[in-house]
Amino acid sequence: MPDTTPDKTPEPAKGKVEDSTPTAGPRVDDEATERAEAVDTTPDTSVDISVPEVAALPKGKLLEVDDVTLRFGGVTALDGVSFHINTGEILGLIGPNGAGKTTCFNVMTGVYQPTSGGVKFMGEPLGKRKKFQITKLGIARTFQNIRLFHNMTALENVLVGADAHHSTGMGSALLRLPKHHAEESEGEDRAYELLKFMGLDKRANELARNLPYGDQRRLEIARALATNPKLLCLDEPAAGFNPAEKARLMELIQTIRDQGYTVLLIEHDMKLVMGVTDRIVVLEFGKKIAEGLPAEIQDNPAVIAAYLGVDEDAS
Amino acid sequence: MNAVSSFFHGIGDRFRGLPRWARIVLMVAAVVFVYFLPILNPPLITTTDSDFGAVLFTCAMYALVAIGLNIVIGYAGLLDLGYIGFFAIGAYTVGVLGSQHAKLPLLLCIPAAMVVTLISGVILGAPTLRVRGDYLAIVTLGFGEIVRLILINAGGLTNGNRGISNIPTPPGVDLFEIPKIRWEGLTAFVDLDNTTTFLKFGVTDSVPYYWLALTLVGVVLFLDWRMQNSRVGRAWEATREDEDAAELMGVPTFRFKLLAFATGAAIGGLSGALFATKQQFINPDNFTILYSVLFVAMVVVGGQGNRWGVILAAALLTWAPEKFRFLSDARFLLFGLALMALAIFRPQGLLPPRRSVRASKADAETEVLEEGVARA
Repeated sequence: MPDTTPDKTPEPAKGKVEDSTPTAGPRVDDEATERAEAVDTTPDTSVDISVPEVAALPKGKLLEVDDVTLRFGGVTALDGVSFHINTGEILGLIGPNGAGKTTCFNVMTGVYQPTSGGVKFMGEPLGKRKKFQITKLGIARTFQNIRLFHNMTALENVLVGADAHHSTGMGSALLRLPKHHAEESEGEDRAYELLKFMGLDKRANELARNLPYGDQRRLEIARALATNPKLLCLDEPAAGFNPAEKARLMELIQTIRDQGYTVLLIEHDMKLVMGVTDRIVVLEFGKKIAEGLPAEIQDNPAVIAAYLGVDEDAS
Repeated sequence: MNAVSSFFHGIGDRFRGLPRWARIVLMVAAVVFVYFLPILNPPLITTTDSDFGAVLFTCAMYALVAIGLNIVIGYAGLLDLGYIGFFAIGAYTVGVLGSQHAKLPLLLCIPAAMVVTLISGVILGAPTLRVRGDYLAIVTLGFGEIVRLILINAGGLTNGNRGISNIPTPPGVDLFEIPKIRWEGLTAFVDLDNTTTFLKFGVTDSVPYYWLALTLVGVVLFLDWRMQNSRVGRAWEATREDEDAAELMGVPTFRFKLLAFATGAAIGGLSGALFATKQQFINPDNFTILYSVLFVAMVVVGGQGNRWGVILAAALLTWAPEKFRFLSDARFLLFGLALMALAIFRPQGLLPPRRSVRASKADAETEVLEEGVARA
């Protein structure tokens, strides 16, 4: 019985049902169902979402992936992969389908333990840290297939992220200690700031599942940013977007970087990545085949071969 | 069936729309009414075939159980089929400390019962909450039975099948007599022969026990509300929605699941302690697996995650079999049929949490819109 989700309720919307909640007073949530009404969801990139603690990180290597190998039984998903991310840059992690990009993410965020090799964050090995501890340390991520908390509102989704740096426990929640109030209002301020930045502040009280696809994608980024990440990992954030939407999202990601965050971006689309990233790492069949500036990657024969296939006559 | 929740949510909306003073007056009136139910004996509601005060006490006791189990199932999404185990541990803690092996006063036994069940919740939860879904259900199902078997076989501690008697009652004072109301048709009479002594916890009169249980329900509800409207409640909800995503957003999911489990257990223990002091005699037969199923039914029928829903269901599922006692065994048939009908026509429960009502409405609308587009 884990959550009898009401999706299956065979109840057509009857006019009568809606009439039964009259003059309810100012309830923002009830407008959630009136989605036909257009809400302006243009991101407002002028909002300052920077965090001093993140902005003050010293320049240099933020994260080092050191000779990571990961095997699942006989399958080698990652094979001696090494690269690093510098503070304040956007690093693109690209490669064809099944190259191990997401697996690489999963190793960095503690979902998988590497078979050999290791990941260092701010000079310290991640070791056997649990997933939530790594998030608290400063690595946050989004998911390739959206994994929001669907039955929670947009605001609550972001609040869960903000709770990563809160420590209110049962005791202070029950007694409503000052700490509870301080953290709740800090979290809410931060959440509204991020929602405004993403252009979602007018949808704060809508359920995540009722948001349009593009808004859900941006909400996931907002939720990850709420944890005050030193490194923000985006797993194909533009999947399913049309070219214009993709370009807009890339601009948004650049703004996030300009506000002091370090971004690791997985993307499928080579052309798109070229424009926004500072450096690029290319994976194929679990191996790193190239690393360098976008211009260098563009002309790299191994990369071209990986993406376009090798012309057999040419060899 | 949808009318049920629309009706109640409609009431909720109107209530929230009222000015502050009106809300306070209404709330006080409702509380007073509920407290005076066994005195008023309102026709239609009162049970003629069994003592109304005792029925109400059981309702309040099970409401407590439902609130506790709602934290585990409704908030944290952990299916616990062995909740009777915690109820039993609570009752036996009071029995052992208050009668069998020591003569501690009840006011010490009750907190002790909560602490012992809390600890047993942690002991059961720490290894088992690592498994998910169906596996957790099976493990907890086993736990409920194990507790009962231990109660039977650990004779030195629990007196085995003979049970424990002479369990202490709460300290009371005889202050004044409250005459009950007797109804003949729609005329009310003050029945001076049938009275309840204010706060005398005796053997025959269940009304003071009802007041005690109701007060505890109020306190626990308040704490439950505070928990749910905080970081803790959000963490539970996120864990229920998507455990992996929650963990990757910095929620220590295991710790919060354990917290939900232990809190729920402690509330179950409190309810068990009430049961023990009311019955004054307990034996292992009081704690069979059927009760675990009944408790889960209360939470599911009420609407997982809505504290008012599960209280309503707990009261309904306790009261209805007593009210319709004249149907004798046919009651159970009807009970089963009613549960089946509910599962088919209203799987989310009588009174699901408000936001899932909204979500399903929105889904239905989307469906209609999509169909419209497809037809056009």
